[in-house]
Order: sequence, then structure tokens, then C-alpha cells
Amino acid sequence: MPSDNGFDAGQGFRGLKLVPRSDTAYRMKDFKSDQEVRWCPGCGDYAILAAFQAFLPELGVPRENIVIVSGIGCSSRFPYYLTTYGMHSIHGRAPAIATGLAASRPDLSVWVITGDGDGLSIGGNHLIHALRRNVNINVLLFNNRIYGLTKGQYSPTSEPGKITKSSPAGSVDTPFNPVSLALGAEAGFVARTIDSDRKHLTSVLRAAADHEGASFVEIYQNCPIFNDDAFEPLKDPAERDTRLLRLEHGESLRVGPDRGVVMGDYGELVVADVAEAGADRLVRHDAHREDPGYAFALSRLDRPAFAHVPIGVFRDVRRPVYDELMAEQIADAQAAQGPGDLGALLAGGDTWTVG
Amino acid sequence: MTKQVERLDRVIIRFAGDSGDGMQLTGDRFTQETASFGNDLSTLPNFPAEIRAPAGTLPGVSSFQLHFADHDIMTPGDAPDVLVAMNPAALKANVEDLPPGATVIVNTDEFTKRSLAKVGYAADPLTDGSLAGFKVSPVPLTSMTVNALAEFDVSKKDAERAKNMFALGLLSWMYNRPTEGTEGFLKTKFASKPTILAANLAAFQAGWNFGETTEDFAVSYEVRPAKLPAGTYRNITGNLATSYGLIAGARLAGLPLFLGSYPITPASDILHELSRHKRFGVRTFQAEDEIAGVGAALGAAFGGSLGVTTTSGPGMVLKGETLGLAVMTELPLIVVDVQRAGPSTGMPTKTEQADLLLALYGRNGESPVPVLAPRSPSDCFDVAIEATRIATKYRTPVIVLSDGYLANGSEPWRIPDTADLPDLSVEFTTAPNADDGAFHPYLRDPETLARPWAVPGTPGLEHRIGGIEKSDGTGNISYTPANHDLMVRSRQAKIDGIARDIPPLEVDDPTGDARVLVLGWGGTYGSIGAAVRRVRRAGGTVAQAHLRHLNPFPEDLGAVLRSYERVLVPEINLGQLALLLRGRFLVDVISYTKVRGLPFKAEELAGVVQEVIDRAE
Repeated sequence: MPSDNGFDAGQGFRGLKLVPRSDTAYRMKDFKSDQEVRWCPGCGDYAILAAFQAFLPELGVPRENIVIVSGIGCSSRFPYYLTTYGMHSIHGRAPAIATGLAASRPDLSVWVITGDGDGLSIGGNHLIHALRRNVNINVLLFNNRIYGLTKGQYSPTSEPGKITKSSPAGSVDTPFNPVSLALGAEAGFVARTIDSDRKHLTSVLRAAADHEGASFVEIYQNCPIFNDDAFEPLKDPAERDTRLLRLEHGESLRVGPDRGVVMGDYGELVVADVAEAGADRLVRHDAHREDPGYAFALSRLDRPAFAHVPIGVFRDVRRPVYDELMAEQIADAQAAQGPGDLGALLAGGDTWTVG
Repeated sequence: MTKQVERLDRVIIRFAGDSGDGMQLTGDRFTQETASFGNDLSTLPNFPAEIRAPAGTLPGVSSFQLHFADHDIMTPGDAPDVLVAMNPAALKANVEDLPPGATVIVNTDEFTKRSLAKVGYAADPLTDGSLAGFKVSPVPLTSMTVNALAEFDVSKKDAERAKNMFALGLLSWMYNRPTEGTEGFLKTKFASKPTILAANLAAFQAGWNFGETTEDFAVSYEVRPAKLPAGTYRNITGNLATSYGLIAGARLAGLPLFLGSYPITPASDILHELSRHKRFGVRTFQAEDEIAGVGAALGAAFGGSLGVTTTSGPGMVLKGETLGLAVMTELPLIVVDVQRAGPSTGMPTKTEQADLLLALYGRNGESPVPVLAPRSPSDCFDVAIEATRIATKYRTPVIVLSDGYLANGSEPWRIPDTADLPDLSVEFTTAPNADDGAFHPYLRDPETLARPWAVPGTPGLEHRIGGIEKSDGTGNISYTPANHDLMVRSRQAKIDGIARDIPPLEVDDPTGDARVLVLGWGGTYGSIGAAVRRVRRAGGTVAQAHLRHLNPFPEDLGAVLRSYERVLVPEINLGQLALLLRGRFLVDVISYTKVRGLPFKAEELAGVVQEVIDRAE
């Protein structure tokens, strides 16, 4: 997708510039492991897995240089179903583990698979810090707005009033908007897509891989058991065009044929009738704005209750990459002082000799 | 006038003042002077957790104790021969530790009515006779420093701040210390502030000159260099030795070092130190929390680094879940817990050794982890290398239990020849290992029971690991009852088997007929050793042994315990090793414990040892 992102299949993804290139012409089946997939029938995870497996050959890097790190939850079973290296770690900690791996191994393509509970509840702290540091990892957050593996409690993205086993009178929590949160955490790349739209999902994965540094992708994912049809308004052909706002860099922001996004007096974005507001007042999407304020305003259009939901790349801005800065400091120290001499280190400081 | 020089075999000096008085720096400089002179030495810094507690109050008192001698010594000393008290609070907080006849040098300028009242002195102790049992030397340190700096272009405040250098100069004269080191140190420290440098050098010199000329100090002292084994020495703290040991361990293993850490007292100095050694390829990651620190270290270990995390008690608790993951994924990892007084926040700057059971058992499920403990500041170097050896050879997390006393205390260290350090080179797995030509990440080495370490980037060995129970061999998810039983026992057997790969317990029993054994672990080695010496000097017969490996224990530990009538186990906790020994060996050891945030006093322990000997007879 984004035609503007400069991706050139000949040169490879910019986010993978330190990963060796592969001559092997991989196919989707090369990334399917022999492990039986154990998600519930109809789970949105199947569609995401299939799209991901089909996308991986595009990376153009050796299979052994790809690592999937996950936490705990339904989505976190992901690594077992791929033939890459992988770690199915502990609840919420995947971004921290991936940070250590990516920071010490810039020759790897590292993907974090997490969910709304794993990534935004128990692991929220690690997620925001990985994003602000801009470690070269790709975070795919499967948002089904419910706890699945623990059988149906409300999650930090569940809508207020949600009735679940742990909230029989309705949840009184205010939910996170994952895109707003990621933008607030200084993420350089923030996108949203939907499990059922494979073409769009793949285009977002492509853009995420191309981004240098941390990329954050929220994937709306249906849980047929505990939160079925949570995203139905965005999928129903009769309704979706009045709600979905497809972000294309450089294009006017439109919702369906008649309506579009204009800027209000305080910089907020509002959806208006194009005929009434005038087509020239429509905001042109700019994913490369330094200031995250615009992208944040975009992320607020979904209120209330999926009123208008932007999908695509909210923000794609080049920032210094943590692992590259870390490697640079080491290279600079070695260039200035030479590689470390252990004997000289131990014998440094004030010494004296006996005998 | 020519002053008399008196020879001493050892001296214990304590510098005490306000947190802002620079007592740690003063003590550290005096220590460096003493080290370069060639004395054996041992230090005990003791400071509050508050950076600047209210001035002149008891909680704000910071002190630094140094024991130096012309022979080898084991502890920073029980009771100071000399106390330098920079204010009434410093006197009040320390006077009870002084033996009769001790020298007390007080800064009289601070003994004002208001300062005395602040710490509850109804009368001036310098005049009310309460210090009659001591040799008191009243010195107006502040005003003499200010006078000495009158011609320098420094503010009164800056002049007053140099009073610690005046005190250092005076003590340096009194004990005939070399001064070049301190002068060089000041020149480096204040290179960009020539006026402050000149003022500090002048204050230092003025203190020396005062000692030389005043009639108040008639005698100076000489403590000859100690006859230590031949070699080149430097003074080293436990945290510095740990840092160097980790760099050396990684170098010996041929692995890049990755430290994931979150600042916490008293472990932060390891993070500070390692972050300075980028030319060794050391990556230091200051994480958002303790959990991320260990998580990143484990991630780096998965990628083929020597992953390390450093922390203290409260952080250790937070790392527990990730340690369990490291046990399950069987990846090398080093966790340094610089123990401090707990529970909870406890007393962050005070020492304790109460995390032993936490290290052994503080995780869910059967989760065996090797545990090591250094015995002295310089021993932290060797233990870090041993931790590297065990972690990489057995593919397991290893916990190192240092403590606040070892971390900040210092002693001379004979610098090892790097050629004498062990070869710990690690071979990653690069080829399939199973009969069917596949790679099985949990196919164990028959001897060590370690699993292969195949790092991402190795073609053909792509595999998935994680916290869910693994099928033996293939590492695939398994919930099979028999497999879980096998895996729990295999993980335990792997750690237990390390006992075959560590040296037997060294027992110091010179006469061979002792009936009482004193057994310790970790930072109490010096106190126990000094106590045992006292008992022996007084004619008592006692054996001493000290555990470096707490899990697994040396193979012969049970036999050693059973070969003595009584076993005394002193610990700075409520008897955690004693509990383990009783449980493991059914030996009714005698537990002796103190948890005051300070090391044992040798005299006190000697009394306890003697009592046990007397009862055995």
C-alpha cells in the first residue's frame, strides 16, 4: 500500500535495512508450522495468521532472521503456528523481551504479537516505553475488546457498561483508545486495520515493516465466543461506508460519497456534509506530520461507539532508532579508544605492587 | 619541633558528618591513600537513603569506617580507634561505638547551642565531662579552613565546604599517608574549576600543616605496609568487582554482554559502571522497570548475548515471573541481587542477607535456580565469572546474592593475570541434532542435561520456546501428565548435577580436632573469620567453612556437617541457611542471627563461638 512510503521491492523494506537479504523465493506454506492451530472456530486470529503467513515471503529476508515474540492470551499463541524463531513469553512482557532481542541483534526482523489485555493492561507500561524508545520492532495488537483466554471478562478496550462475568452490572471502566495511546507514547508509526479485510491488513503490515523503528498496528479482531460481532458495524456492507474512513496519504478524508472531515475552530476534526462544508475544506491526510496532534485528532473520530473509524496509517514519521543509537555509541567508543583490553581494565586505577 | 612517631599494627578510623559534608569522599580518599601505601584494609560506608536529610540531624549522619593494618585483616573493624565528628549529630550517633580511650576529633565550630539542641544535647558534651573516657581533640575545622582560604577568590560557602579536605589533610598527616593520590584526584575532579581546585588543595595542605605544627597533636603514627602475597594490587568495592567480573565473564565466554537494569540502591553502581565500558561491546539498557530489565536481558540471551540483570530485594521480587520463564526456556541469564534490609523498602542503604530463600524458592512451581554468593568485595569478581560459567554451560538463570556491605565496602584486590582466567567459550548449536535430521530444542546433553542454544539467524534450526510446558526433546507444547513429571524432574536434575562440577567445601580446621564448625555464606565471611581468629588466639579450637554455592550445595556438605559435634550458622537474617541445612541434612545446626542492617562484630561473634565450644565440652 501506501504508494508514498517509498517502498521499493528491489531495495527491500527500510525497517529491515540491517537484516540480510534472502535469495530464497519463500511461499506462504514455508511459514506454516506443523503445529495444530488451536483457536476457536471462527476466531479472527485465523484470518490474521493467514494474512501474516502470506505476507512474510514479501519481507525478502531469510526465515531464520525473523522472530515472533508474544505474551499471554489467545493471540499470543501465534509464534507456534509459524516456522520462524519465536518466543511465547509471559503476560504483558513481550515488548520488553523483544526490546532486548532487537537492541542486541539488529540483523533480525522482530515482531511482537499481543492483545488488548496483554498489551494494554498488564503490559501497558512496556508497550508505551518500547514505542517512545523507538526500538526496531513491529507490534501487532489484536484488539477484540474482551479477555478471551480467561473466558470473557471486560478488557481495557471494552466499551463502558459492558456486561461480562466480572461486570454483571456493567463495566464502569473508561477504555483506552489504542491508537490515541500509541500516539501519546510518541510512536513514530501508528496504524489500524481489520481482521476481515485481508488486502488492507496486508498493506498495513507492509507499511509497518517499511518503518524504521517501532511500528504499532491495532488490528480489530473478532472473538466469536465472548464478544461476537463487536466490529460488525465496520463490516456490514450496508453500514460500513458511513463509518469507515480509509486513510490514504495525500488524499482528502472522506466518509462514504457525501461526507468528509473538516477542521473545527480548536483544531479538532469533525465529519461534515461535503456539499455543505465545501470540498476545498476537506482535510488532506498527511501521515508524515511531525506534530502528532493531527493524528491524535483523527483517532478521536471514533467516538461515540464507532461513529467514524479511520483505518490505515495514522502516522508514519522517521525518528532516531534506539538500537541504531545504541550500536553507534559502541562503535564510537571503539573508534575513539580501540576495543576493550581486559587486562588494562582490571589493572586500571591506583595500583601498588607487593614482593 | 620534631614530633614523635609511634608504630601501630592496625587502626580503625571513622569519619562522620552530615550527608552533605563529603564524608564518603573523605573516607574514600583516605582509603585510596592507604591502599597505595600498601596496608591491608577493609571499609564500611554507612549512609542514609535520603540524599540530603535535614542538616545537623541524627538521621542525616553519614559515616565511613576504615580498618587498615600491617597484616591481613578481614573486617572493617568493630569499634573505631579514632572518630572524626564533623558536628554534634555525628558525635551523638557514633559515640556509643567507641571503646574507652578512643581518640575523638571534633569540629568545634559546629558545636553551637542550636546544633546541640537539635540533637537533644542539654549540655555541651565537650565541656560537661561526658567524654572523659576519650582523648578529645577539639579543632575548629570550619573556621580554620575558612581562614586558610582567605586569600582565595571563593565564597564563604565554598570555603566551608572544603573543611572535609582540611580534615583529610590532618588525618593524612597523623597516619603518615602519601598525598599524591589525593592531589591528583582533586586535579582531575576540579580540572574545569581552577579556583575551587586551588582552594581544596590549600585546605588539604592546611590540614596537614596544622597537624605538623600544633601542639595539640604530639604524636603521629605509622602503620607499615602489610605483607600480602606478591602481586599488583588495587582497592576495589564489591559493585566494581561484580562489574569487572561480568565484563570478564562475557569476554571469556566469547559473548556480547547485555545488561537490562532499573536503578535501585545499592545495585545501581553496577549499571553505572557497565554503561562506561561500551568499547567492550557492553550494551546497557536502563529499563522502564525491574520486569523490563530482566525481560530485555532474557530477550538478549535468546539472541546469543550474555544477558544480565542487576537489582536489590524489591526488584528481585518483581523479576520472579521472568526468572521462571528463564527456567522454563532454559536460557543462560545472570541475576545479581545486591541484598538490602527488608521487607518491602526496608532500609535501602543498609545490608542484610535475607533474600536466600527468595532466591531459592521465590517462584511458582518447581523452579530450580543455581545460587551463588560472594564472600568479600573482591570475591564478587570471581563469583561473577563462576555465574557466567554455570549459566552458559548449563543453560540456566543463575542468581548471585551480593549485599550492601560487599557492594560499597572495599578491600585490596590482587589483580589477576587474564591468562589465568578460565576459558568459558560457548559453542552455539548450528546443526540439527535429532536422528530424523530435525532440530529438537529440548534434546539434552547427556552429561550436563543442558539443552542446545541455537540463536535466531541460524538456518534450519528455527524453533519456538516459551513458558508453557514443553514436550521432552521436541519442545512442542505438552500437557501430558508423564511428560510434565519428567520435565520437572529433568530441570531439577540438571541443577542438582552442577554439584558434581563445583569444588568440595573448603574447611579451615588447622588442628584437625575441632568439635565445632562455624559455617557461613556470603558477606559474613570477614566477620566470621575475624571471630574465629580471636577464638583461636585465646586458645580455642574451632573450624570454619564458608559456602559460595548455595544451590546446589557442594556434594560433601552433608558429610562435613556430620563430622562436627556442633555446627554454628551465623546469618544476617532469621536463620534461612539454618532452615535449609536442617531440612536437607537433618543436622540440628545452631542458628545465630542479627538483623541490624550492619555486619556482625567480630568480638560479639567470637563470644558466641566460644560459648558453643564451651557447651560442646
